[in-house]
Amino acid sequence: MRLSLHRRDRINRAVMIGPAVLVIGIFMILPLGLMGYVSVLARGTYGQVLWGEFSGIAYMNILFEHRLDGSFGVNLDYATIFLRSFWLALTTMVIALAVGFPTALYMSLQPERYRNLLIFMVTIPFWTNLLVRNYAWILLLRDTGLVNHGLQWLGLTSEPITLLYTDFSVAVGLTYSFLPFMVLPIYASLEKIDFRLVEAAYDLYASRLQALRRVLLPLALPGIISGSLLVFVPCLGSYVTPALLGGSKSLLIGNLIQLQFGAARNWPFGSALAFVLLAIVLLTMTVYLLRQRRGKGRPA
Amino acid sequence: MSVRQDVTKPNKTAKRKFRLRYFPGISPTAFLFFAFLYLPIGILVALSFNENVTVTVWTGFTFDWYGVVLGNPDIVRAAKNSLVIAAAASLAATMVATIAALAMSRARFRGQDGVNAVIALPLIVPEIVTAVATLLFFATLGFQLGHFTVILAHGVFCIPFAYLPIRARLADMDPFLAQAAADLYANEWQTFLRVTLPLLWPGILSGLVLSFIVSLDDFVITFFVSGAGSTTLPVYIYGMVRMGITPEVNAVSSFMILISVIFVTLSFILAKQRR
Repeated sequence: MRLSLHRRDRINRAVMIGPAVLVIGIFMILPLGLMGYVSVLARGTYGQVLWGEFSGIAYMNILFEHRLDGSFGVNLDYATIFLRSFWLALTTMVIALAVGFPTALYMSLQPERYRNLLIFMVTIPFWTNLLVRNYAWILLLRDTGLVNHGLQWLGLTSEPITLLYTDFSVAVGLTYSFLPFMVLPIYASLEKIDFRLVEAAYDLYASRLQALRRVLLPLALPGIISGSLLVFVPCLGSYVTPALLGGSKSLLIGNLIQLQFGAARNWPFGSALAFVLLAIVLLTMTVYLLRQRRGKGRPA
Repeated sequence: MSVRQDVTKPNKTAKRKFRLRYFPGISPTAFLFFAFLYLPIGILVALSFNENVTVTVWTGFTFDWYGVVLGNPDIVRAAKNSLVIAAAASLAATMVATIAALAMSRARFRGQDGVNAVIALPLIVPEIVTAVATLLFFATLGFQLGHFTVILAHGVFCIPFAYLPIRARLADMDPFLAQAAADLYANEWQTFLRVTLPLLWPGILSGLVLSFIVSLDDFVITFFVSGAGSTTLPVYIYGMVRMGITPEVNAVSSFMILISVIFVTLSFILAKQRR
């Protein structure tokens, strides 16, 4: 009797959790698997996928190109795009951290009512359309935009400076898009800190810098790490910002993938690129989660 | 904006008060941060009321561009598509997520971490990867791209956004309330309908609102899986931006910002409701 009750519970549970898992399983995990399958297939002369014809050519193409004389040669064009994406994601992360940490600290030191308002203000852009937020920067950065108007009015430059469609505009756009992701986790970890620890540091003749570096920073480290990750990962796979604010010469991984499914019509290569990006992201997240879990086991 | 001033101990010999909760430079940085966050959006909204067609030079205040937007049948159709898709995807996702959250909150079981990972997956996988994989999937199966494919794709990434607030609300709930109901001879259904559901309601609504905004705002995935007739507002705006900067774009964009702000505020109020 008890066993059957237990079994009924289990069936109930499976029926209740089933739909959510099935929807994601069928319409996300299955497509990702299909993408992995397509990435090891060959591509026909007209750009069609040759089903059932296995080939590692798509992955080879990331680093090597087929020359006209039939030989293979190293082609670093795609590696450069990967490196640029990494570089921009890293730059964005560092800028976001430099601005985000002091802001989060400021927020955590405010009285509670005021704090909630500030959190709300950080959250709003997060839910506001990414496309629209990046579009706003076109208005600011283009040759006849407000920034150039301002610079000319100040007399700093007579000719408009090209700001839009450069790596600079992409970095600005990425920072703008993902900055809230840095502030919120850092704030969450700073808010939990018992401020008497800082007072104790002052009692022990610590300077402000020392209190910051030896007390606050180590305690806020989990937030800093997850914030950095939350900025770095979406930057790496960003598509909207480089598509709107980047020029034709500042492609990032996301745009390169899109190109293969659009104009270039090379699905196996596009799938291989997407799969590499996915692998990098999942690997980063796994390392992070494992470290976090191990950290939990340690006495605080 | 006053920073609270404390004193470590009442020390009369100290020349000036030592401000405990203070670090030099953080207030200006925070100020810059919020200015950076809000100025571009603010300027965009301001320019949407600019009479001048060249967009940058301010000549006068007007609501005209909003009239132009509402008079553009393509924009109205795209907006309608967005609303239909967001409503369908968020409702379906919230339903599925609510049921799953209820089961997940009961007892721990083997494989629970796995289920959590699957539900969180849409948040982790880069959007562009999901987009091309979904496109590949629909193309291989021979699905005609349209409302249906967009709703399916949106439903998937809406699930975690609906699930998280509901799960959080359930975690905060007192488990003894359900037991008390059982003690008073309520059966499982009665307990659910009369005790759990009313308490869970703000969480469900908050999940619904959040998944609705996420669907409404999505661009990348929609861009890939929408057919000619199922263009949503963000996809349409992207097309407009690619054609050139017009005051019309500013007006539609401001309109989208307004909708997001309304919905986020709503979800915040719901989340704040008494626990």
